[in-house]
Amino acid sequence: MKVHEYQAKEILRSRGVPVPRGQACFNVDDAVNAAGALGGERWVVKAQIHAGGRGKGGGVKVVSSVEDVRKAAEDLFGLMLVTHQTGSQGQEVKRLLVEEGVGIARELYVGLVIDRASQKVAVMASSEGGTEIEEVAAQTPEKIHKLFVDPARGLTASEAESLMSKLDLSGAQLAESVGFLEALYQAFWDTDASLAEINPLVVTSDNKVIALDAKFNFDDNALFRHPDIVALRDTDEEDPAELEASAVGLNYISLDGNIGCLVNGAGLAMATMDIIQLYGGEPANFLDVGGGATTEQVTEAFKIMLRNPDLKAILVNIFGGIMRCDVVAEGLVEAAKVVKLKIPLVVRLEGTNVERGREILEASDLDMLTATTMAEAAEKVVAAAKG
Amino acid sequence: MAILIDQNSRVITQGITGKTGQFHTRNCVAYENGKSAFVAGVTPGKGGQDFEGIPIFDSVAEAKAQTNANVSVIYVPPPFAAAAIDEAVDAGIETIICITEGVPVKDMILTRDRMREKGATLIGPNCPGVITPGQIKIGIMPGYIHTPGRIGVVSRSGTLTYEVVDQLTKLGMGQSTCVGIGGDPVNGLKHKDVMALFNNDPDTDAVVMCGEIGGSDEEECAEWISQHMKKPVAAFIAGVTAPPGKRMGHAGAIIAGGRGTAADKIKALEAAGVTVTANPAEIGLALRSSMGLD
Repeated sequence: MKVHEYQAKEILRSRGVPVPRGQACFNVDDAVNAAGALGGERWVVKAQIHAGGRGKGGGVKVVSSVEDVRKAAEDLFGLMLVTHQTGSQGQEVKRLLVEEGVGIARELYVGLVIDRASQKVAVMASSEGGTEIEEVAAQTPEKIHKLFVDPARGLTASEAESLMSKLDLSGAQLAESVGFLEALYQAFWDTDASLAEINPLVVTSDNKVIALDAKFNFDDNALFRHPDIVALRDTDEEDPAELEASAVGLNYISLDGNIGCLVNGAGLAMATMDIIQLYGGEPANFLDVGGGATTEQVTEAFKIMLRNPDLKAILVNIFGGIMRCDVVAEGLVEAAKVVKLKIPLVVRLEGTNVERGREILEASDLDMLTATTMAEAAEKVVAAAKG
Repeated sequence: MAILIDQNSRVITQGITGKTGQFHTRNCVAYENGKSAFVAGVTPGKGGQDFEGIPIFDSVAEAKAQTNANVSVIYVPPPFAAAAIDEAVDAGIETIICITEGVPVKDMILTRDRMREKGATLIGPNCPGVITPGQIKIGIMPGYIHTPGRIGVVSRSGTLTYEVVDQLTKLGMGQSTCVGIGGDPVNGLKHKDVMALFNNDPDTDAVVMCGEIGGSDEEECAEWISQHMKKPVAAFIAGVTAPPGKRMGHAGAIIAGGRGTAADKIKALEAAGVTVTANPAEIGLALRSSMGLD
């Protein structure tokens, strides 16, 4: 699960990680009042959307008067902000963060991720803050320093010091940064985070070390023990189709193509998308119906797919294990009737009770094409989509 | 021979009284030597009862002491699954298969850390389990699509594995053992570990591997294959069409920070001499070709 920058900073602040003073704002007046309450002479007005690259996309404005805070807020609220992560339509700005301006001496980078190979939390630090860390990793990997944390012991002060000293920090700055990193690691660990990026981590002109930006993702599997984090979810940032699907237990992801697919199992669902492309088509979605695929779920799945105006055909690919093909076939027939399916449907069933399943499909008066192999199914659905 | 499990395995089912545990235990018992292999169940508080003739114990240690079991399969709910693995490890179980989906990553980091130097083997979590066709099935896969033979199968996903097994069976190529390693980022055996087991198994002639986007397990396996593998390997990597930053169902299936793409994995495997097919309908055929049969 993702959260907004201001929410991540609240989590950090409450856990002793230094962040700039700031306030979340939901309208222009909020922003003006926030600037007044914060005081000072310089403010940063930051668009709050889940996608990265907000600065480059024009979503961050540095201003020197309360009147300019108002102007910035007026410009940003309602803006369809386009970044390299939003797609060409952009994401509507509905929340802002107004922060005190900070005098910056140096911009550094700190990131925490789950490292699959070592099965530990990896802490990464670099003196190259403020830029795309992927670019630093690709071009100058020697500038990214890493350490892997012993899970039972946690991050020690000496490990944190050894890592941060590689960023040419010393004296008071080094001590500040060690305290920062220890608190950040603890926040990451205690909240079941899956990713934390502080980019940039800044050293201020008065030797403070603070998180100028903050990105946090959390492990979905652990949300059951963090109701406070679940409460931060902003569904405005999520794809409506994906939201609707998850409400009925379907795992759906929108893609750019025009062939809908409905599959059981994530691996087979990806393989089905791949074979559609291999045969010259483009998948419109990833859709894993999981182990159940009831008539209700299949009906909902069809409805969600059909909301896509570009959809030209649907491929159903089910390998019945525990799920019986005859039950799936009955569900498909019923669902197709309910949604009054008008575009071509190709069905490939295999596995448990497949003969009975195929009989049910044949016996129905539904206009559908059947296939016995994935290849035949892909070929047929691609041809059908091209009409 | 086969790998990991065979007809002589003695299996404890942890979470045997839950709905999932009951359903799959019944199917596993019905498969080949299941009746003699599934010797015990564990559900705290229900010790002394039985599930359709299988005695239930309060703890894994007690179940092991009474039945001399060496394998455990776990169906307990996600919040308690890692603790169930810990319990099996502490009781001295050799092979632990965790089916449970949705285990928090932090729990698995701590469990894997505790397992270092303990000598137990973990498969999963979030996996379909392991089957040695004709001998024993421990997990949720449909037994009847498998047929005994000499091809090893290792995969990160469930139904895609069934698809591959079905292709192999229809081509007349039986399987020695099929291992579902699961789709989670922090887990037990990885592709290369299973590959090493197949390499040393006299009953396995060739191996099919199904990978997917996310992480670098397939790349590490490719590196291992190029140095050690003596048998033909065919592979399919799912997710060529998956966009970056979107999690494709499995907790581990995500292209993050430009890493973990299908293209990288395919390139690494091809460089290691693996026959990689881009067509999931032709994985069985790819294996035949890797074995020089076509």
